[in-house]
Amino acid sequence: MTTMRPPEARAADIPAPLAAPAAADGAWRRRHLLDLDDFTVDELDLVMRTADTMKEVLQREVPRVPALRGTTIVTLFYENSTRTRSSFELAGKVLGADVINVAAASSSVTKGESLVDTVKTLQAVGADVLVMRHSRSGAPYLAARTVECSVVNAGDGLHAHPTQGLLDLYTMRASLGDVRGKRVVIVGDILHSRVARSNLWSLTTLGAEVVLCAPPTLLPAGLGRGLEGKLPPVRVETDLDRAVEGADVVMALRMQLERMHGGFVPGAREYSRLYQVNAARLARAKPNALVMHPGPMNEGVEISHEVAHGLQSHVEEQVQNGVAVRMAVLWLITRNSTRQARAATKGAL
Amino acid sequence: MSERIIIRGGRIIDPANGVDVVGNVVIEDGRVVSAGGSATGAGREIDARGLIVAPGFVDLHAHLRDPGLEYKEDIESGTRAAARGGFTTVCAMPNTEPPMDNRSIVEYVLREAAARASVRVLPIGAVSKGRAGKELAELGDLAAAGCVGFSDDGAPVAETTLMRRALEYASIFGLPVIDHCEDKSLAQDAVMHEGWVSTRLGLRAAPAAAEIAAVARDVALAEAAGAHVHIAHVSTRGAIDEIRRARARGVRVTAEVTPHHLTLTDEVVAFGCAGGDELLYDTNAKVNPPLRSQDDVDACVEALADGTVDCIATDHAPHAVIEKLCEFDEAAFGISGLETAFGLCMRLVHQNKISLETLIERMTIGPVRALGLDRQVPGIGTLAPGAPADIVLLDPAAEWVVEPERFASKGKNTPLAGVTLKGRVVATIAAGRIVHDETGVAVA
Repeated sequence: MTTMRPPEARAADIPAPLAAPAAADGAWRRRHLLDLDDFTVDELDLVMRTADTMKEVLQREVPRVPALRGTTIVTLFYENSTRTRSSFELAGKVLGADVINVAAASSSVTKGESLVDTVKTLQAVGADVLVMRHSRSGAPYLAARTVECSVVNAGDGLHAHPTQGLLDLYTMRASLGDVRGKRVVIVGDILHSRVARSNLWSLTTLGAEVVLCAPPTLLPAGLGRGLEGKLPPVRVETDLDRAVEGADVVMALRMQLERMHGGFVPGAREYSRLYQVNAARLARAKPNALVMHPGPMNEGVEISHEVAHGLQSHVEEQVQNGVAVRMAVLWLITRNSTRQARAATKGAL
Repeated sequence: MSERIIIRGGRIIDPANGVDVVGNVVIEDGRVVSAGGSATGAGREIDARGLIVAPGFVDLHAHLRDPGLEYKEDIESGTRAAARGGFTTVCAMPNTEPPMDNRSIVEYVLREAAARASVRVLPIGAVSKGRAGKELAELGDLAAAGCVGFSDDGAPVAETTLMRRALEYASIFGLPVIDHCEDKSLAQDAVMHEGWVSTRLGLRAAPAAAEIAAVARDVALAEAAGAHVHIAHVSTRGAIDEIRRARARGVRVTAEVTPHHLTLTDEVVAFGCAGGDELLYDTNAKVNPPLRSQDDVDACVEALADGTVDCIATDHAPHAVIEKLCEFDEAAFGISGLETAFGLCMRLVHQNKISLETLIERMTIGPVRALGLDRQVPGIGTLAPGAPADIVLLDPAAEWVVEPERFASKGKNTPLAGVTLKGRVVATIAAGRIVHDETGVAVA
């Protein structure tokens, strides 16, 4: 049975609050974080409580704890990302880990090295955690099957972005408390959104009422069709005015420019007219409804400038919470790393 | 070739001749002498008691990859895989490198086959030069060289006018266009079937309509031209409905379905054949047309049972390990299917969805009639006296575990690894030669 208390040898290094989130026994057994689709209520709760502790650490005068001293985290990014990569890097460093950043463009990937070989190499040089961003859905699953070290999915293709889902949840809970019964409206390009996909799982698992709003051209197949057990239970609306009615949270998704030219919608002008989160629409939501956006924002397209930076906007808070949530994830995930297995791998070299 | 073989005491099923009796099959000089009669005289004896004795299977759709892609498969390994799967005839698709779009490549394939093949190889020529979908290949020359049909398989003939002309022109030689039906603009960048599984996995997907629309188009073209179109690897209920309606009004449309489209759904991509909760992104289940929904699978089985679909074809598509050990989007399309076809299809028999006789019909005389192969090879797919001694011995109840590393095919790419199948090919005789003997049944 897993306990959340770190090994005795390291306990002395760790400031008391960090050892605190004493989980229900066995609540955390993961070596990888790939998606939120199979997370239990207890697991989500544990991440949230651990993130509270991490947030406290971040507010200290010297925000450093040696909880992950001796741990090597490699961020392997096959796609550009400013906020996610730097957020993970900072999270690792606050916890005292060594963080190595590998941008796939500057690695041997451009020489045609396969994903399997790349992750094996990174494991062989000593990675304990691989934080991976990839343009192809499922790539972290292949990595997780290939290596003994932990794999954290930092976004894979159109599929999942679990730490974003967790930080969104954390942000919602900070303002709303429990999300059960709360209405969360996610509007925009659901089809191409890994953020939306991960959010669907965590929110519906916790009993939130999720409304998706998008033109049918930007909705993936099957959602809202009563396929419970196969897909998260959601309501689908194509009319944004109706969708935001009574919402507790309105989350706008980035509308990428290439979709405008890809024939999914006629163009930015019409898209913003039909699907922009603006003041008039926000007025239909609950008073003080949270406005969220995973970023980067196209202001004036999916969200108006005034709403993006208005009183109800929690966009910056999302980014801040990102560090705490990723600290929590890194800390939890390394509880169950298989040190012996990795030692064996290293010894073989 | 001249050896005399007596296969004794098996249950002989020869659907072409309505034969289903326990008895003996005698072959000599590579031909069937008798099936079901008495057997006297000398010869090698094979004890087939408790086994099914049937005509060797005929596969209208296999990628032997030779010439040019021998790292995936070659004529020798591909036909050995065929023999292990009970197939005594395989039709070789032309997406080789260079493509089989001219007589010299056809002659190369036939020459290689004569020297190295375990079973009969019948070539299929390309529809268009370079399989580029722009200009017709020299279909007359290809026919004269021995092609049994024309196909740009792997790619559809996107240009409607070219497809029309191909159908019209192929009819001169009485040969069908074998049609890979896929509207590429609808299936752009797709790597699987569109449905809840693709939503779950975040993979780009093609709707069933991409196949249905293409089938509807080409059925209309064949009808107008009075030509024969053979729909390759049909996989959707909608396409089957199109075919059924077209056949009812007399259009010359035939069709094949693969073992995997008869038995596996798109859920295998996500969860594998064992069906856990863990997402697998199983690249070995990446195939084109993609594995579809349960409703589509049901429609394929119904169509196979009622004859709307003429036959089973493997779409054997071997690939090298590294072409599957990669991101799902990057992985090659295709399943190595020759060695699992019978065992997998036997599921339908064990589930009482089709009879054993129907299954054997759809793997023997069914494909022969669909393409008219008996014009090139009289008696093929039957056990009639004088027919080629192409015979398979089957144990419908034997269970075995799929171990790709033991495949004769170079392509180990199957989603069935580790799966137990019930129904095994015990031995295969091609043109009177024992080309596969799983259990030593033919060892004197």
